[in-house]
Amino acid sequence: MNALAAVLRRLVLAFGLVLAVLALNFLLIHAAPGDPAEVIAGEMGGADKEAMASIRKAYGLDRPLHEQFFTYIGRSLQGDLGQSYLFNRPVSELIFERLGPTVLLVMTALLGAISIGTLLGVLASRRPDSLFSGAVTVLSMIGYAMPVFWTGILLVILFGKVLPIMPIAGMRDVRMMGAGPLAHALDVLHHLVLPALTLGLVYLAQYSRLARASMLEVLSLDYIRTARAKGLGEVSVTLKHALRNALMPLVTIAGLQFGNVISGALLVETVFSWPGLGTLALDAILGRDYPTLLGVLTFSAILVIVANLLTDLSYRWIDPRLRGR
Amino acid sequence: MAMHNPEPSPVASPGRSVQALSPGREAWHVFRSNRAALFGLILLLTLAATMLLGPALYGVKATEIVAPPFKPPFIDPAAWLGTDYLGRDILAGMLIGGRATVLVGLSSAAVAVTIGVTIGALAGFFGGWVDTLLSRLTELFQVLPPLLFAMVLVTLFTPSLYVVIFAIGVVAWTGTSRLARSEFMRLRHMEYTHAARAMGAGPARLMLREILPNAMPPLIVSATLIIGAAILFEAGLSFLGLSDANVMSWGMMIGSNRRNILECWWAVTFPGVGIFSTVLAFSLIGDGLNDAFNPKLHRR
Repeated sequence: MNALAAVLRRLVLAFGLVLAVLALNFLLIHAAPGDPAEVIAGEMGGADKEAMASIRKAYGLDRPLHEQFFTYIGRSLQGDLGQSYLFNRPVSELIFERLGPTVLLVMTALLGAISIGTLLGVLASRRPDSLFSGAVTVLSMIGYAMPVFWTGILLVILFGKVLPIMPIAGMRDVRMMGAGPLAHALDVLHHLVLPALTLGLVYLAQYSRLARASMLEVLSLDYIRTARAKGLGEVSVTLKHALRNALMPLVTIAGLQFGNVISGALLVETVFSWPGLGTLALDAILGRDYPTLLGVLTFSAILVIVANLLTDLSYRWIDPRLRGR
Repeated sequence: MAMHNPEPSPVASPGRSVQALSPGREAWHVFRSNRAALFGLILLLTLAATMLLGPALYGVKATEIVAPPFKPPFIDPAAWLGTDYLGRDILAGMLIGGRATVLVGLSSAAVAVTIGVTIGALAGFFGGWVDTLLSRLTELFQVLPPLLFAMVLVTLFTPSLYVVIFAIGVVAWTGTSRLARSEFMRLRHMEYTHAARAMGAGPARLMLREILPNAMPPLIVSATLIIGAAILFEAGLSFLGLSDANVMSWGMMIGSNRRNILECWWAVTFPGVGIFSTVLAFSLIGDGLNDAFNPKLHRR
């Protein structure tokens, strides 16, 4: 029962955060220099008085501010994020169209980085003074310091010029029209390789370093000595005893980092013309399409909130001590 | 246990000279013996010298068209790193482009650390409802994807260097705030804090004179790492064309040459080396400081 209450509490807090994100969004529109109607209309309705009046009416900008605020929150909670002027379609529709590619990219990169990073970290922690361990540390420093869009560009140069075996832009090959679903899926995976590799490398660098540090920390604890003293093999000690506890900080960081991963995905999508939320946001910026831009921000924040919530719940599931708290 | 005490012990650790050193001196000794950190420091000093003196010594303007476009590097000594799609000298851009990147990185890190330490200190020191309120505020900023949020801020308010600095500062403070909060929470229960309080010190004095100096080591480390992150943010924003268009920066060089990646690899590769080495220098120094301030956690 206690555990259920704790989960409910988390849910309420997460919902509160969603409301706060929406409030911030509302504030941003109204705090930006200039008339909110102009902000919404962007460059579309600049001088036209009638258009401005109709925007004011459509968005209720002629009503008192607190009333506008509650209307905005109410609409957003029903999934209505406004109308895009650039694409002339509801923002929520645009976002759902672009959501799939971004989730595919982010999840591939993140899962790959976490699993390979953990593996490298575990191997490196077995002999902290070895050449391999040093190499993992050095490579993770290098991986962190490389701007993600630059890594992507270097890969584009490598695979576009030197070794043309990978597609360097887009998500689908237009020549594949009419092919079967399996061929389409393989085509998407083929296009996914470079963007996912680019985004994954940054997080691989961070997770391998983190996994190494976390493993070293845990391996120095008393219960590991006990496990060794009672004659367990190294593999069993490493995997069954140490890794389980060393994974905890990794899970936490993975959840906390989700916002950063989305930020990285945005740059990677731009480099590889990947049709996700990042390219949508950039199109919106170039076209001064504020409803779409703020819609992407709101929606990404909600994604992060959901990811944090899931991390938190899985944390409870991994660590029995936390259940009921 | 003293495991998590960030203050270096005044007594030198076994195996080294027994002479007692001041905490600062001891930290410098550990830092100096860390080859990676020393490399980072030398790299940073070299980069700084190049940025300060390079443009004047080289004499070529980065914004001027000096040669035919798409000139490959390492061929003509007049444009040793080649020219970009407009015929601008890449080496000149490399020399001047670091200034904006590092300036924005340092300033926005200062903004982020100021916001983060203030909010974290108030939350950790006062606890209770102040802590709840400020922690929720920190959480709100934590769920906004930082680069996207900075993009929105820069777009809503016209892109100038100040807006870029402010935007990066506003998206990058949450980590420092959490760190400052936990440090202030821990240190406000220290005996010396209680002693100062008993002597009649008010909250402001306790926070600024008693707790803050003792919370400095981890905060300095975090600040150094934030500079690296802020430089990456600046580079990302300029790459997307969302910074001051009148100020040449490494990120902007990459962004403006993006359309010609395959014809002109040098125009996007070299500026990236600049960003990469600057961020690397700051993270090596940050790591070195972390080890230096935590000699007991030092494990390599």
